[in-house]
Amino acid sequence: MSENLKFENQKFTVSPSPHLRSEDSVEKIMWTVNIALAPAALFGIFYFGMPALITILACILSAVASEYVVQKLRKKDITISDGSAVLTGLLLAMCLPATIPWYMAALGSAFAVIVAKHSMGGLGFNIFNPAHIGRAALMVSWPVAMTTWTKMQTTVPDVTSAATPLNILKQQGYSQLIDTFGSAPAMYKALFFGFRNGSIGETSTILLVLGGLFLIYKKYVNWEVPVIMMGTVGLLTWILGPNGYFTGDPIFHMMAGGLVIGAFFMATDMVTIPITKKGQAVFALGCGLLTVLIRLQGGYPEGVCYSILLMNCVSPLIDRLMPPKRFGTGGKN
Amino acid sequence: MFKLKSFKGGIHPNDSKRFTAEKSIVVMPLPSKVIIPVRQHIGAPCEPIVAKGDLVKTGQVIASSENYVSSLVHASLSGKVIDIGEYPHPVYGKCLSIVIENDGLDEWVETANVDCDWVSLTLDESLTKIRNAGVVGMGGATFPTHVKLAPPADKKIDTFILNAAECEPYLTADHRMMVEQPERIVVGVQITVKLIGAKTAYIGIEDNKPDAIVAMKKACEGTDIKVAILPAKYPQGSEKMLIKVITGKEVPSGKLPMDVGVVVQNVGTVIAVGDAVNKNVPLIERVTTISGGAIKEPKNVLIRIGTTFKDVIDFCGGFKEEPIKVIMGGPMMGFAQSDLDVAVIKGVSGILALTESEVHTGKSKACIRCGKCVEACPHGLTPAMFAILGEKGLFMEAKDDFHILDCAECGSCVYVCPAKRDIVQHIRTSKYKIAMSNAAKK
Repeated sequence: MSENLKFENQKFTVSPSPHLRSEDSVEKIMWTVNIALAPAALFGIFYFGMPALITILACILSAVASEYVVQKLRKKDITISDGSAVLTGLLLAMCLPATIPWYMAALGSAFAVIVAKHSMGGLGFNIFNPAHIGRAALMVSWPVAMTTWTKMQTTVPDVTSAATPLNILKQQGYSQLIDTFGSAPAMYKALFFGFRNGSIGETSTILLVLGGLFLIYKKYVNWEVPVIMMGTVGLLTWILGPNGYFTGDPIFHMMAGGLVIGAFFMATDMVTIPITKKGQAVFALGCGLLTVLIRLQGGYPEGVCYSILLMNCVSPLIDRLMPPKRFGTGGKN
Repeated sequence: MFKLKSFKGGIHPNDSKRFTAEKSIVVMPLPSKVIIPVRQHIGAPCEPIVAKGDLVKTGQVIASSENYVSSLVHASLSGKVIDIGEYPHPVYGKCLSIVIENDGLDEWVETANVDCDWVSLTLDESLTKIRNAGVVGMGGATFPTHVKLAPPADKKIDTFILNAAECEPYLTADHRMMVEQPERIVVGVQITVKLIGAKTAYIGIEDNKPDAIVAMKKACEGTDIKVAILPAKYPQGSEKMLIKVITGKEVPSGKLPMDVGVVVQNVGTVIAVGDAVNKNVPLIERVTTISGGAIKEPKNVLIRIGTTFKDVIDFCGGFKEEPIKVIMGGPMMGFAQSDLDVAVIKGVSGILALTESEVHTGKSKACIRCGKCVEACPHGLTPAMFAILGEKGLFMEAKDDFHILDCAECGSCVYVCPAKRDIVQHIRTSKYKIAMSNAAKK
């Protein structure tokens, strides 16, 4: 025997098949989603200034620190490097007004990680989207701070406003909304590029869509979810218009509020949505329906956050009722 | 010849066939000794019929069983039986084996290598020859071929499919046989078709082997055998997927191919059938792919049964880097070996030595419900749940609500899992627990 066989006497790893695995990993997925969110977050910092940066940092640092402390106390492996705590912090910050005091943002983020994520067992076991739970907690704790928006220049010269487009619509009506922006095309442009009031990371439709398309390309998001959710909102708001059937403004509704970030980044959160494609389609449809119900009939101007949280509750049920089609059963399950 | 629509699910791993796809089959010189296990098939194990010290000839029966579902074991070279005892086995851990010391003469039994004409033989004569030759399914399942080719009278077989998909990464043994010796395959198919009374015969080849498609098409000219080109995707060579893609029929959950009138055989198996019926040559050697990033000179090798992995790898230049895993069979469904003392048996389609960078091991994490396993499962199951229920010990729920018994353990779910979960391990444990519970009820 030659020295070619220098490893001949060693013992090799024995484990069940398969012996090949793809290079995908949880870390890769989480960090990719963070990267996909980055352009819209950076735009938020550019547009809303220093307060936005402080809010984002407060949320991310609080989320990571909370995860570290919880895992240390529970004597579990520390997983702060997997990107999921960063993602929760970033997503929450992007759904907050820039003017919120930093300690409120940090508390909301800690609540998201400690209660919504780790009290359920950590990544993979949470029923609700942690960032949305953090936002909902802040909403009931500090409702004023959560609905106080930056006073800023509108697209019409010499007019400033401290209201989001959906606020104006709810309180003053559609014609006042158009007047705020000068014209309908000007309003669409502002919503498309992100030059409008709102939460830090929700304003720029184009940057959020580009980030979402990147995730679809990476196969971390099924395109059906954002398309169905946004399509449902567009269709229903068009049909159920303020002046009778088919008088609504679907283009406004699809770009307003947190719908774009919700449809691409929240309603696609793997952990809290159904596991099959058809289940995800039903989930997205439900999110769209509830968003419209809250926007048009509810007390809040915006309903994306609550619609997704409500649908998170029924994800396990959807999975039960809609299993994939089994091979060799002639279409039955 | 026609190209077909693929099945639902499946994966596209790097096929890594470049190591050996262009390499002609080489004959390995006979080793100094062979270790031949009495159990190389599914069914009743054989009993040795030789004793320590006996002289045996190549092709001589050395272990047999009266049981119908069993398969004879032959000496793969001539020489002296130096030991009969427990030796390492690539599938069963340890197994009673007969060790023969090579006398260097390779003297065959007189009955072998006699030319016959399969056309003039009766079905029973042919089946007897196949049984006497110890032919089993050589894709890895090792089910006795004489049993498979004599389906019960109430099962009408109309279609035969030669499984030449070879969808496992790295493996190229079937590929090379098709390129180099397509006539032997055609004869084997013709004999098989006659035995089972099939009206139609297909050879299913994945489209990543264009040279094999050309060679088989040419060899099939003038016969009724059709070459079916399959879109390359793992696990295309899984019987049920192969039948679905070629015939459009879905073998019902819990049933066998013969329930939809189809018999599927592997390339190596029909060649062994041809040799057994036409030349009285028993199954004592097979073509195997020796490959993987740790092998110095990857090869397709004709190896005598009983040759140790150590001898085979030495013949391929040994290791050029440290292997983390040595696999018998393909990397998706093969068996990991702890050392190289095991011997080549009839079902060894490949010996792979894989490096760390090839296997991408990682610590298993909690399921993040990404749904990639659901998309990848060719059987339309929810593999994530098998691991979750397995961890909780809810085996019956896995069976009743999630149909775990439909799983063919192809491993596609584990391949795609970003959380590196050992789903197939949980599936095997669950199936075992379910079988134990069923047995306890009886």
